[in-house]
Amino acid sequence: MSSNSKVSYSEVKNNGIGFYGLLGIFGLFLLAGVVAFFTMEHNGHHISGMDNQIVWGLPHIFAIFLIVAASGALNIGSIGTVFGKKAYQPLGRLSGLLAISLLVGGLLILLLDLGRIDHVIMMIKGFHLNFKSIFAWNMILYGGFIALVGLYLWAMMDRSKTAKKLYKPIGISAFTWRLILTTGTGSIFGFLVARQFYDAAIMAPLFIVLSFSVGMAIFIMVLMSAYKWTNRELGDFVLNKLRYVLAVFILGVLLLEVTRQLTNIYATEHHGVEAFILKGGNIYSTLFWYGFILIGTVIPVFLIFCKKLKNNRMALYLAAALTTIGGFCLVYVIVIGGQAYPLVLFPNAEVTSVYADGVINSYSPSKWEVMLGLFGVALTLAMVTVGVKALKFMPVSLADSVVDPHS
Amino acid sequence: MSKNNIDAYRRKFLVGTGVAAAAVTVAPGLLLRQAQAKPADEAVTDKVRWGMLIDIDNLPNGGQGVVDACKKEHGWGNETHSNDKQKTHWVRTVKVTEKLTKHSFQLPVMCQHCETAPCADVCPTGASFKRADGIVLVDKHICIGCRYCMMACPYKARSLVHEAIYDQKPDSPRGKGTVESCTMCVHRVDEGKQPACVESSGGAIVFGDLNDENSEISKVLKEKGGKQIRADLGLNTGVRYQGI
Repeated sequence: MSSNSKVSYSEVKNNGIGFYGLLGIFGLFLLAGVVAFFTMEHNGHHISGMDNQIVWGLPHIFAIFLIVAASGALNIGSIGTVFGKKAYQPLGRLSGLLAISLLVGGLLILLLDLGRIDHVIMMIKGFHLNFKSIFAWNMILYGGFIALVGLYLWAMMDRSKTAKKLYKPIGISAFTWRLILTTGTGSIFGFLVARQFYDAAIMAPLFIVLSFSVGMAIFIMVLMSAYKWTNRELGDFVLNKLRYVLAVFILGVLLLEVTRQLTNIYATEHHGVEAFILKGGNIYSTLFWYGFILIGTVIPVFLIFCKKLKNNRMALYLAAALTTIGGFCLVYVIVIGGQAYPLVLFPNAEVTSVYADGVINSYSPSKWEVMLGLFGVALTLAMVTVGVKALKFMPVSLADSVVDPHS
Repeated sequence: MSKNNIDAYRRKFLVGTGVAAAAVTVAPGLLLRQAQAKPADEAVTDKVRWGMLIDIDNLPNGGQGVVDACKKEHGWGNETHSNDKQKTHWVRTVKVTEKLTKHSFQLPVMCQHCETAPCADVCPTGASFKRADGIVLVDKHICIGCRYCMMACPYKARSLVHEAIYDQKPDSPRGKGTVESCTMCVHRVDEGKQPACVESSGGAIVFGDLNDENSEISKVLKEKGGKQIRADLGLNTGVRYQGI
């Protein structure tokens, strides 16, 4: 159980125009997403920017990003529970709520983008699951994650002795489960033998570390916004803990991504795709160097470690926002860049056909895909907003005097 | 015997021998096909592995006839709303030019009916599956349209149907939002016939049982060999090529 006795929790009391205005904005995005879904469902995917060359598009980027972030958002709670760091324990409830919300947001995008969503019902009724497929495993992992984190929240929030007793075992189970879950998400790409840019075991650990960084970054933004808008106190002690952990995670992603790229560059068969991604002068090389490396890595790390910016909240918020953008850029490069580069049917040969063989595939998302992606983000944020209003997820105060054991 | 009678006799004789000759030529084929036809209620077995051997040097017009025959048989490619990159392609001709030698050739590329099909491996619902006789298919009833199989296929042999399909061929049911690819004309094979592309190839494509060492395809493969596209992936494809 969250052992910091000074910490008390309460529902958000805001009832003003700000609170309902925020929900109203989320509602508009949700409505737009529903319209996008029914329009694509009615017309078919020809109205999207996706085709038989770029088969996964913007909805998948949003979905994968949110799902990866979900498991990362749970880390804040896990650090408190599994590793016994008391400073993180008051954040556990919000961490769990955000984790579930992110996962539901991401999953719904995936579902609404399916070619035949009605067949999912048949799949469930007939228990048509192919256990050789990592997708099938992920369905179980995602469902289990929601259930386990739900239990974890109960263990944190219920006052019964049973809940207190189960707090740690459930926390450890949820943490273990989330590691397996992100392994599964990364393996979606790791298991693709056909594509030059995927098919590498390192995709799984890369996605795990990416989940650490973007999950933490999103948590920081949600935490700071929530405390600002509800006029609750948030001290530097908590923020500085999160700040430096975020930096470690950002550098962890950089390490694994550089390793992945270097491994690819070493193998002759990957030279083509590496040149295309890293120095192709296209959107992917721009997103990689400027989006992921500069905006998503170098600048946030600078903002975190610059001594003049210590305790500067704007700098931390900006670092978190840029980390999120950088992570999104990386997922974009992986998902779209990997498909844009043509399949290699015959190594060392040029191939042409009427069906885009041997050519770099282009992709421009349609407005429907943008609406579907933003639907997932809005759903996540709406769930968090309603959650903190309905139940005691947020500590009344995270002032240094409350959470700093040395104060 | 008058001259007219002789002519009548000669005509009758020639017609008779012609019919007999035709019967002798065609009957074994018919009988053989009858014998190979599988009753509809009989399950397929792995005693048979259907395969194709494509001799691209003898394939007329670089295999365009194969594409046309497939289109005619299955009715794909008639979408009106989809753009060129969204339209379905069960088979396409690909021109290959080696960068160093400039040696060039053209071949039809379709589902290679892999023994260990990556599409079937990754399919979450089992909609993508390999029949016991080696034919890789999609069960449209449980395909959810996730396109993971398309990500996994090394041959870009699969297409998502991007719009509603009308005027379908009874033997090739298709559906908006589901994935499809070459079926090796399974409806014909089960009736003991050959795939449409094979019939259109002028003998350049041999179809048969790869497990039967006495089948024509096995004999030709044993004698002359046949290459796989992306053999490095170790998928042990059911479609093999000569001349690539």
